[in-house]
Amino acid sequence: MLVFLFRRIAAGAILVVVVATATFLLLSLTGSDVARNVLGETASRSAVAAKSHELGLDQPLVERYWHWAEQALRGNLGSSWFTGDSVNQSLTDTLPVTLSVVLAGMLIAAVLSVALGTAAALRGGWVDRLVQFAAVLGTAVPSFLIALVLAVTLAVQLGWLPATGYVPLATSPGGWLRSITLPALSLAVAATAATAMQVRGALIDVLRADFVRTLRSRGLTTRSVVFRHALRNAAPPALTVLALQFIGLIGGAVVVEKVFGLPGIGTLAQSAAVRGDAPVLLGTVVVTVVIVVAVNLLLDIAYGWLNPKVRVS
Amino acid sequence: MTDVAQAPAAPGRDRLLRRTLRDPLAVVCLAVLALVIAASLAAPLLTDYAPDHSVLADTLAPMSGAHPLGGDGVGRDVMSRLLYGGRTSLVGGTLAVLVAFAVGGPLGLISGFYRGWFDALAGWAVNVIMAVPAIIVMLVVMAAVSQDLNIAMIVLGVIMAPMVFRLIRASVLAVREELYVDAARVSGLGDARIMRRHVLPVVIAPSVIQATQVFAVAIGIQAGLAFLGLGKASQASWGAMLGDAFTNVYTAPVLLVWPGAAMGLTILASSMLGNAVRDALGTTQPRVTKRPRPVVRTAAGSAVAPAEDRLLTVEGLRVAYGEKTVVDGVSITVERGEVLGLVGESGSGKSQTAFSVLGLLPYEAEVKADQLAFEGKALLSLSLDQLNALRGRGIGYIPQEPMSNLDPCFRIGFQLVEPMRKHLGLSRADARTKALELLARVGIPDPERVFRSYPHQISGGMAQRVLIAGAVSCDPRLLIADEPTTALDVTVQAEVLDLMRSLQQERHMGMILVTHDFGVVADICDRVAVMQKGRIVESAPAGQIFAAPGHDYTRMLLDSTLEGGPARGELLRPGTPLKEVTS
Repeated sequence: MLVFLFRRIAAGAILVVVVATATFLLLSLTGSDVARNVLGETASRSAVAAKSHELGLDQPLVERYWHWAEQALRGNLGSSWFTGDSVNQSLTDTLPVTLSVVLAGMLIAAVLSVALGTAAALRGGWVDRLVQFAAVLGTAVPSFLIALVLAVTLAVQLGWLPATGYVPLATSPGGWLRSITLPALSLAVAATAATAMQVRGALIDVLRADFVRTLRSRGLTTRSVVFRHALRNAAPPALTVLALQFIGLIGGAVVVEKVFGLPGIGTLAQSAAVRGDAPVLLGTVVVTVVIVVAVNLLLDIAYGWLNPKVRVS
Repeated sequence: MTDVAQAPAAPGRDRLLRRTLRDPLAVVCLAVLALVIAASLAAPLLTDYAPDHSVLADTLAPMSGAHPLGGDGVGRDVMSRLLYGGRTSLVGGTLAVLVAFAVGGPLGLISGFYRGWFDALAGWAVNVIMAVPAIIVMLVVMAAVSQDLNIAMIVLGVIMAPMVFRLIRASVLAVREELYVDAARVSGLGDARIMRRHVLPVVIAPSVIQATQVFAVAIGIQAGLAFLGLGKASQASWGAMLGDAFTNVYTAPVLLVWPGAAMGLTILASSMLGNAVRDALGTTQPRVTKRPRPVVRTAAGSAVAPAEDRLLTVEGLRVAYGEKTVVDGVSITVERGEVLGLVGESGSGKSQTAFSVLGLLPYEAEVKADQLAFEGKALLSLSLDQLNALRGRGIGYIPQEPMSNLDPCFRIGFQLVEPMRKHLGLSRADARTKALELLARVGIPDPERVFRSYPHQISGGMAQRVLIAGAVSCDPRLLIADEPTTALDVTVQAEVLDLMRSLQQERHMGMILVTHDFGVVADICDRVAVMQKGRIVESAPAGQIFAAPGHDYTRMLLDSTLEGGPARGELLRPGTPLKEVTS
């Protein structure tokens, strides 16, 4: 188990380095004159050259990369070309927003998918068909379209929940919950659909297993057989699918944040992309990949914990 | 030669197409897609406005003859933008699909066919690409390379190539496992020929499904990017329309409807078309419904009163799956302390009979009986709770295959303790003590260790002893054992059988022993019922069966067992000359 974890961590670290390097190179490809873009059309030639020197853009690519990598390893992701703000600070400000929404979305997806998948597997008939059909719809429709519909109907028209803005958890837990409910719901739909289908399939397989018949022969209640034994056995494959959904949720959050006017890393990345602010974009990508790696590691641990064959050997 | 090779694939594809078209939903999806394509192509005919022509006076103009869908936030014609936006979406989706297949297809083929270092490298690259959310990569690319949505979609194709790669690779691996590829190689066909003749036909249908999904996802992501304000202003797109409409959501919310509906419908049509193709292929998950308890139908009240002191009375038991009757009017009885052998070949209905008593037949089974009574209680009219009170407590069950009958996720101790706590109302500690005693009783040398173990940590013989301990843990009066020794090593078989007999005598339990092995019958049974094709053909005391079998079928079973036991399958064909089977 320890060796397994160590290998996963090493693989994750390599992944972060590769993605960071690739992103750095990609962002250096841009043909436009960054210093000119920062200062505007009216800036003098010497001012542009000075700015270029200030940003370190007059140095060779390899040197710039080493400089960035060295700083990044020390936990300093540089500062914005345009505003001069520290990237670390921007990420610290925006990350809680995105994580709130994404983790709440994951939580909703986990709960709903187990409920729907179990209902479909146990009830069969029209319940099963309805869940399957809803799952096809849910996986197909992009989250931001769902976000738009929810924002317009529930927030703008009915005024049940705020349409825009974010309230930090520390300021007001209730306000925080209200501000992330709709975005988290929009993100949860696709993840719920995909995971519910997995729960359904895995549960149907498990309920056909010999040991379920034997458990029933012992006179255990349906509740114990289904919810304690069968679901527990169906959990690992469902967890794998849920882990894959996490990446999709972060991607979805980028656009959904814009719909609900949330100042998250999606908004940060988007404005950086529109301006061509490489350090900010780079920082966003690195942090995103680190989070993805960390979450996958956690899910690997959960998977091992759920599977006695991995845990006890 | 080539024509011959292509021939088997072509009708398959035709059939698939025809079967897909029989699904009304698929036809609707195709119609929607055709409409979107036609409208986009005919955009210049359907509107006189350029999609980016802005007239200040038409800002948020209402619907009118001049502007059928009104004007948007900066005075552009909504109808025109919708039509030209459709072009952007369709072109973008198509580009992504083409690139994804152009990149992922060949790489998947090579990876699956040759494996080795190339496969390892490609697999690693796929993991890297899939670890970053696509839309964030797109933001980077659009910031660095170009704001053109079409170029973005080409890059998206590369990002989505892993989906295609995985699909093709898996299909190729599956085909490669098939013998005929080896045969083709032996017969001297080149790799390229093998791929074209054997691999390509298999891959086409799943690829169609995958393509519809990539198409749908690409349209969604493109719209997301445009919604975020990326993309060239001259490029009309549904995403940009949504963005513009959203800024005017308080004044003109209706503007959201057109691009939203167009995009939603296109994506749904594409995605559900893929599903329809999958259904037509028949690769959909079987719609098997499983209920916690089979639905049983009780026949009208029987005239025969159940004997109160008799342990089990079965009269006129019928089990059917639709048209197929697997148990046809079986009647058996078991007295207290009596061991009944239920003997027959595979498919004779003996296990189905045993499971009827436990109420453990699959949901689809239809069970009827003139009488099915345990200690005078009619089993078929019990509620699920009443039945559960009886299972384990009144009737114990010993399964055939030990390893698959223990829950792999729970420790053995827990699996023993749980029923005892429910039925006997024992405390955790008392149940634990009793479980350890039971484990020792069934001959497990280190009960403490096995109690703490997971099923994968113990041997098959051990697991069967655990299952026997579980079956008798709540002191049932009747044991039902379904081929309890068949899956065990020969050396363990005798020990397990001894254990069962001693437990049965010690506790004076009645027992139904389902088996095909007359050796087992001779060891332990008081009486024998022989089953063939769902019926009891002979029922007599064990000694009498061996001394003077009354039915040809019994004689045949007896002969075959005593000759050293043929494989179970051999018994399925009564015509087979039995003497030829030797051990």
